[in-house]
Amino acid sequence: MDWVYSEKVKDHFVNPRNILKDDEDFRYDGKGVVGNMKCGDEMAFYIKVDRKSNTISDCRWKTYGCASAIASTSVLSEKVKGMKLDEAYNISPKDIMSDLNGLPEHKVHCSVLGDKALRSAIDDYYGKNGMKDRIVVEKAKTICQCMNVTDHEIEEAVLEGARSYIELQEKTKLGTVCGHCKEEAVKLLSDYISKYFSK
Amino acid sequence: MKRIYMDNNATTPLHPGVKDVIRDSIGIFGNASSFHSFGREARKYIEESRKDVANLIGAEPQEIIFMGSGSEANNTVLNIFACKCPHCDDTVTCSKEIITSSVEHPCVLRTSECLQEKGIKVTYAEVDKFGKVDLDRLAKTITGNTGLVSIMTANNEIGTIMDIKKISDMARKKGALMHTDAVQAVGKIPVDVNALGVDFLTMSAHKIYGPKGVGALYVRKGTIFCPMIRGGHQEQGRRAGTENTLGIIAFGAAAKFIGEEMDEDSKRIFNLREKLRNGIIKRIPHIHINGHLIDTLPGTLNISFEGVEGESVLLYLDLEGIAVSTGSACASGSLDPSHVLLATGLAQEAAHGSIRFSLGRENTEQEVDMVLEILPKVIGKVRSISTAYGSVR
Repeated sequence: MDWVYSEKVKDHFVNPRNILKDDEDFRYDGKGVVGNMKCGDEMAFYIKVDRKSNTISDCRWKTYGCASAIASTSVLSEKVKGMKLDEAYNISPKDIMSDLNGLPEHKVHCSVLGDKALRSAIDDYYGKNGMKDRIVVEKAKTICQCMNVTDHEIEEAVLEGARSYIELQEKTKLGTVCGHCKEEAVKLLSDYISKYFSK
Repeated sequence: MKRIYMDNNATTPLHPGVKDVIRDSIGIFGNASSFHSFGREARKYIEESRKDVANLIGAEPQEIIFMGSGSEANNTVLNIFACKCPHCDDTVTCSKEIITSSVEHPCVLRTSECLQEKGIKVTYAEVDKFGKVDLDRLAKTITGNTGLVSIMTANNEIGTIMDIKKISDMARKKGALMHTDAVQAVGKIPVDVNALGVDFLTMSAHKIYGPKGVGALYVRKGTIFCPMIRGGHQEQGRRAGTENTLGIIAFGAAAKFIGEEMDEDSKRIFNLREKLRNGIIKRIPHIHINGHLIDTLPGTLNISFEGVEGESVLLYLDLEGIAVSTGSACASGSLDPSHVLLATGLAQEAAHGSIRFSLGRENTEQEVDMVLEILPKVIGKVRSISTAYGSVR
C-alpha cells in the first residue's frame, strides 16, 4: 500500500538520524530554536563546529511536529555533517524538499523550519565566537511568530506583487494561525507598497 | 500484518448481514418511480427500508427522506431557513435567527456562515470544558425571532452527548423548531425523535455499519420544508433524484441490525473503551482526557498526549497497523487544530497532540491489549524526538 509521503520521508520518519538524546552529553557550539508549539511545529538544531576547517563536524536536533517535519530535519542533519558553514548557511527549503523527493504543498512550511533552525544555530556559533560580522543580518524582525515570517519576507512578497493582506497571506502564510500579527503586517504592507510603488 | 481499526466515528465497516443483503439485492435495478414490475420491485424494497430506518428512531416512515449523506441532510435543514421561494412560507422561514453550537460538524458550521452572508443572524452556542452546550447561556440566546435551534446529539470528536431534550423544550417554548445532527449518536445510544422532541434529525448509513453515500433526514409531520435538490417527485418531492436503491436497501438492513444489536454491542464497546482508557492512564503519564466523563458515546476516547504532535502519532500507529484519528492541524491539511477541542478551552498545543480512538462492534479485547502494548512505545518515541517534552537544552 502506498504511504502518505515519499519512501524517503518514511525512511527518515521511521528511523530519524542524529536526534539529541535526553541522556546524551552533546557539547554543541551553536544552537537554534525556531517555530512555535501553538502552530504545531517547533525545531531545535545543535551544531558542533570544526574551527580549523569551518565545517560542521556533528549535529543533533529535536522536533515537535508532524511526520514531514521529523523527516525533513533528519535529512537535513545528514546533509550538513562535514559541510562548510557558509554552504550550510545557504541551504534552502527547496534543497530539503528535493532531498525528501518532494512534499505536498501544504507541508512545505515544515521543511522551511529546518533551514531556519540551522541558520539560527550557525548564527549562534558566529555570535559566540567573535564572528558577528558573518551573520547575515536580516535586520529581520519576526512579524508572524506562528509561521515565522519576517519583515524581509513581507518586503519580498510586496516586490513580488502582493498588494492586499490576503495576497500577502497567500505568499507568506503569515497570520494564518493565530492572526495576532495582522495589524503590524498590514502596516508594513502599506509601508512597503508606498516605499516602492507610490509616485 | 494484522490491522486494528479504531476509527469507527469516521466510518464503520459493513455489517456482515448488510453485506449479504447487498449481494442479494445487487440485481435490483428498476427505477422506483416506474410503474412496471421492475420499478415496483425497487419501490417495495425502498419502502421497507424506510420503515426500518424510521423504526430505529421512533419515527413514522413518511417522516423519513433518504438523501446522499448526513452532510446533505444538515445542509437541507439549514437552507430551509434561508429560502425565499414563493412555495415556502416566508414568515416562518427566511429573515429569522438560527442558533447552533461551536462544536458542530463543519457541514453545519460552513452552511451557517453561508446563511450569515444571506443576512440571517446565526448565534453559536458555547460549550463547557467537557464539550456540552451551556444550557443557561443558550436559554438567553433563544428569542421569539429564533427560527431554528440546531445542536448535535453527540459530538464526533470527543463523544460528548448533549442535553437535546432540554434544548428542544427551550426551543419549543419560544416557538423555534429543533434540529439535531444525530449522525454519531444513532446506533450507539438510544435515539428517539419523540423522546428528544425534535422536528428534524439527521442520520447516516455509514456510521451504523451501512454503506457510504446514503443518509436520511427525519422531518416531523407537518413541519415546514423546502427541498435543496429540486426537480423531481422522489421522496415526496422533498429530494429530487432517482433513489440510490441499493444504498437505501443496505441502509435499511443496517438500521434493522443495529436496532437489534445496539444494547448488547454498546455495553461491550463501552467496556473495551474503559479498558483502553484505564490502560492508557496507567501506562502513559502526562495525558489529558478530552470530553465528558459520563455523558459520552460508549466507544469514543479522545486523549491529548503532552509534548506530541498528533499526525506523527497517527502515522507511527498506522505503520503498526492501528488506525486512529487526530485533532492536529497537520493531519487536516489546514493550519488550525480541531475547532471542537479549542471550543472546550483546550490549549492549541494540547489540541495538536490529541488522538481519537473510536471503537466499534468489531473491536476485541485482544486488539485493545495490542494497542496498550504499542501506544506507549509510540508516544515514548515521539516524545523522545520532541522539543516539547523532557529536557531541552
